[in-house]
Amino acid sequence: MSTVKPDDRESSGPLQSEEPMLTYVPARAWGTRAAAVLLFLMVVYFLVSIAGNANFGWSVVGEYLFDTRILSGFYLTIWLTIITMIIGIVLGTLFAVMAMSRNVVISTVANAYIWFFRGTPVLVQLIFWYNLGALFPELSLGIPFTDWGVSVPTNTLISPITAAVLGLGLNEGAYMSEIIRSGLLAVDPGQRQAATSLGMTSRKALWRIVLPQAMPVIIPPTGNQTIGMLKTSSLVSVISLSDLLYSAQTIYSRNFQTIPLLIVACLWYLFATTILTWLQSRIERHFARSRNTST
Amino acid sequence: MPAPMIVFDRVSKNFGNLPVLRDISLAVSAGEVISLIGPSGSGKSTLLRCVNHLEQIDSGSVTVDGDLIGYRRVGNLAHELPEKLIAKQRARIGMVFQNFNLFGHMTALENVMEAPVQVLRIPREEAKERAVNLLTRVGLADKMQNYPRMLSGGQQQRVAIARALAMQPKVILFDEPTSALDPELVGEVLEVMRDLASDGMTMMVVTHEMSFAREVCHRIAFMEAGRIVECGKPAEVLDNPAFERTRAFLSRVQ
Repeated sequence: MSTVKPDDRESSGPLQSEEPMLTYVPARAWGTRAAAVLLFLMVVYFLVSIAGNANFGWSVVGEYLFDTRILSGFYLTIWLTIITMIIGIVLGTLFAVMAMSRNVVISTVANAYIWFFRGTPVLVQLIFWYNLGALFPELSLGIPFTDWGVSVPTNTLISPITAAVLGLGLNEGAYMSEIIRSGLLAVDPGQRQAATSLGMTSRKALWRIVLPQAMPVIIPPTGNQTIGMLKTSSLVSVISLSDLLYSAQTIYSRNFQTIPLLIVACLWYLFATTILTWLQSRIERHFARSRNTST
Repeated sequence: MPAPMIVFDRVSKNFGNLPVLRDISLAVSAGEVISLIGPSGSGKSTLLRCVNHLEQIDSGSVTVDGDLIGYRRVGNLAHELPEKLIAKQRARIGMVFQNFNLFGHMTALENVMEAPVQVLRIPREEAKERAVNLLTRVGLADKMQNYPRMLSGGQQQRVAIARALAMQPKVILFDEPTSALDPELVGEVLEVMRDLASDGMTMMVVTHEMSFAREVCHRIAFMEAGRIVECGKPAEVLDNPAFERTRAFLSRVQ
């Protein structure tokens, strides 16, 4: 049925070959394999030399890993990171939308905010908020330029913890606003037009249509910022807050076990980073569902 | 003659110093299908986008079903409406875009349900039922759970038409609905539009599909340099144009 005579090959059907089928053999990447073996040996050697080095004080690490001071420092670090990132995301969204406003005053104020808080060291900002009482001895809530309102001494309002939340949160807002703005700009303007033509207000179009589609662009750098904040929050030691790193420092300033206690702090930072990385990939997967090719 | 559904009265618009619409007056009757043809840059899309205030006009007025679009008239002053009221006007004016602009994070079904639920505040179940009916009507009953990027261009555009229909619009504006489609997919979209036209929907269609304009449209308006050069029955405009400019344009596209 399917055999083809040489003379009518052109007019009928595909070519029938007499050759046996080929078996494919992948190329052996000898160079890559050698490099991998070498790398593996180096990693093993590195780990063994650290684990076997008495100077690292592994027994001290074990002793202090679950010390209550370390744990309460870790708790403060996590708490600060979460609260400042929430403030940063809320402020960042607000300032991103403001920066894209057609009103010159609104966009200028947003851009000035971003310029200032990205342009000064966060360490200085923390100290500034902590010492706000020196600049404004009293804070008032009321109508400007009138006597209406209430006043309280600044120092009762700005505790170290509020100074830390304000300083880190306001600083983070400036960085987050640029991340969120880039996400909003990445969404095709046609999406907003379609939403508008269906009778949505610009606010509804932002929440329902534009922001959800900006999320895949916003999430990876936000994960970066969160992990960064985990470590940046250690700056609060300058305003005498006992976060994870500061707690470790307090302990080793008494017992001089500097390296083991820093290792303890690092192990907890790594633990938190692992959790955050896992969370980020979960969130990314959630927002990527419309990109999958199958239902 | 039925009452006019869309009325352009001496509409003009500039982009900076460049006039894009010059003194355009046109009335579109209820149930009429009118197509706008003309070279690119002639202002046809801009004219279309003035109907739902996506573009603002500099002078003149646009009314849809008796409502002045985008403004409230007080004597001879037109006060711009607050966004909420403009949104309310837009909700009853459907629009279909060249690039479909389906919401990428929603399935076909969710795309069609979104505005009825969010804008008209229709209960979800009712909106879903209506969306299912509309998607079935445009021949996509089996694609309801698909995201836009899993659909062909022709399917996406049919979802977009269903999405516009879900708002029960008084008119639908089509901005080059088949220009971004592969040639073999144009037919399925035109088929849906033909179906709508025979149902009595008022439609304004910016198009380069001369055969569609000839077969389905009641009138054709030829635009050039921001003006309507001539407007009449398809046979008159396409076969026996009164102006040399129309003739020159038609000879280039046909």
